Amino acid sequence: MNLHAIKAIYFFEMSRTLRTLMQSIASPVLSTSLYFIVFGAAIGSRMGDIDGVSYGEFIIPGLIMLSLLNESISNASFGIYMPKFTGTIYELLSAPINAFEIIIGFVGAATTKSVIIGVLILLTAKLFVDYEVTHPVYMCCFLFLTASSFSLFGFILGIWADSFERLQIVPMMIITPLTFLGGSFYSIKMLPEFWQTLTLFNPVVYLISGFRWSFYGIADVNVGVSLFMILIFKLICLTVIYWIFKKGYRIKE
Amino acid sequence: MTNSIIQINSLNKIYSSGLSALKDINLNIKRGELFALLGPNGAGKTTLINIICGIINPTSGQILIDGWDNIKAFREARSLVGLVPQEISTDMFETVLHTVNFSRGLFGKAPAPDYIEQVLCALSLWEKKDNKLLTLSGGMKRRVMIAKALAHEPKILFLDEPTAGVDVELRQDMWNRMKDLKDQGVTIILTTHYIEEAEQMADRIGVIDHGQIIVVDEKEALMKKLGKKQLLLTLQMPMQQLPDSLKGYELELIHDGNEMVYTFNSQQVDTGIAQLLKKLDEADIAFRDMKTSESSLEEIFVNLVKKQ
Ligand SMILES: Nc1ncnc2c1ncn2[C@@H]1O[C@H](COP(=O)(O)OP(=O)(O)OP(=O)(O)O)[C@@H](O)[C@H]1O
Ligand SMILES: [Mg+2]
Repeated sequence: MNLHAIKAIYFFEMSRTLRTLMQSIASPVLSTSLYFIVFGAAIGSRMGDIDGVSYGEFIIPGLIMLSLLNESISNASFGIYMPKFTGTIYELLSAPINAFEIIIGFVGAATTKSVIIGVLILLTAKLFVDYEVTHPVYMCCFLFLTASSFSLFGFILGIWADSFERLQIVPMMIITPLTFLGGSFYSIKMLPEFWQTLTLFNPVVYLISGFRWSFYGIADVNVGVSLFMILIFKLICLTVIYWIFKKGYRIKE
Repeated sequence: MTNSIIQINSLNKIYSSGLSALKDINLNIKRGELFALLGPNGAGKTTLINIICGIINPTSGQILIDGWDNIKAFREARSLVGLVPQEISTDMFETVLHTVNFSRGLFGKAPAPDYIEQVLCALSLWEKKDNKLLTLSGGMKRRVMIAKALAHEPKILFLDEPTAGVDVELRQDMWNRMKDLKDQGVTIILTTHYIEEAEQMADRIGVIDHGQIIVVDEKEALMKKLGKKQLLLTLQMPMQQLPDSLKGYELELIHDGNEMVYTFNSQQVDTGIAQLLKKLDEADIAFRDMKTSESSLEEIFVNLVKKQ
């Protein structure tokens, strides 16, 4: 195990964040604050409670998930895409490190950043809404599992992408719609039955539902199922990455 | 501990485009030598180096680095190797010191501020250590690439056209650095288009063209074996045509017939010069001046590649 290499990659990535502190951390926090003001305070005050939870409280887990997914994917995909783009990847490829170590470095850094952002949003939310976290351990679990799984996914995306457009198209065209339709702003029980069933094919539903359960003890689907789904997703990502490195797909001629 | 630090056996590379970039390469690099790899654009130099360093996968063949298989024992093999790639690629927003330290870590070495300082000083980069890379000139960026390659104290250093686009002074400077490294026991493999560089620096020279190694030899031996000498005669009166009596000689008229060039093999006992001068006298051809010259590595190289 090349620990020095993992450390080098991890801190190199983290320092990139520090250098771009404003856009890495401040902008997601700011944009979620806007959601809280608009949906939580302004519109939320006219909405009824959902499952006994006020609307302002209800949207917190979904909003955090929204940022968490986007940040994890964009940080990890950018992290590995940039060396490909600038050509500095030669150094990673010629270093005495294996795929596993590269992934721990990059995905570890992306996960750390996302979790930090998630926590910051959580703290920001406290300014607007008074909420309690019923199952803090589960909440941390969900936070970490989601951030790490989607960082893995972002890593795959960064390897697959061969242009900046492609890098952005997946978060924009797939992840954002899935999050919006995954119950960030409503309970899927509020949908007609057909749409409810259809929604169950949206993996983000399980994330948001499980995460919300850790806050308020209410859920659209069973928590066990949620956890199971995240782990399945993570497993799929790991398999794909294993295959990528085995084949050298889009990294090595 | 064998004499060869790198052994390349039957190496082939066919790119996914179907292009066969390397064809059955067999090459040994000796411990501690400075080996220059010459070849025209697209010959396969970078491909060969990148395969040795693990950046590109070979199609077939085997490479041993100090006895370690560069794929099966990639950790041991790669730890020994430093690479300065042909293209400068840097993290523009990083500082010099940060990026060099990163390289050291990547190769599994614990931080060594003293050693890094020494490397940066030797490359005249120490004053620039806190500068962002994007503020450096092209030549300095190239030196940063060298510092990165040296950061983990490699025993073998690959330099893929290190002096391309570098001014005369810096080139001289880099040559001195290479000599220092060689004195420290580092094996250096260099590709270059400046034949002068190979002529000055190399112990051995390999020429590659169309993915095949054409020749590998000691520099002196190569120059002797393939070097031709020329005798240049400046004529009193320009000539349009050679007289029939001189037909058997390897003669050529240049500069509108003002000069005559005789090419001969310096290895032969009888160079034919005496005979030629006699013939010239008989034909009443007078000359003002004469000088001999030895073909440079450059000419040897051009001849070799032309023959292919
Ligand atoms: N990734 C690639 N895919 C397909 N063909 C490639 C690739 N990289 C290089 N080639 C081809 O392989 C051949 C050898 O290229 P290489 O870069 O090794 O040449 P070189 O000797 O380093 O040339 P130069 O002196 O210009 O740097 C060339 O014909 C080149 O077009
Ligand atoms: Mg090249």
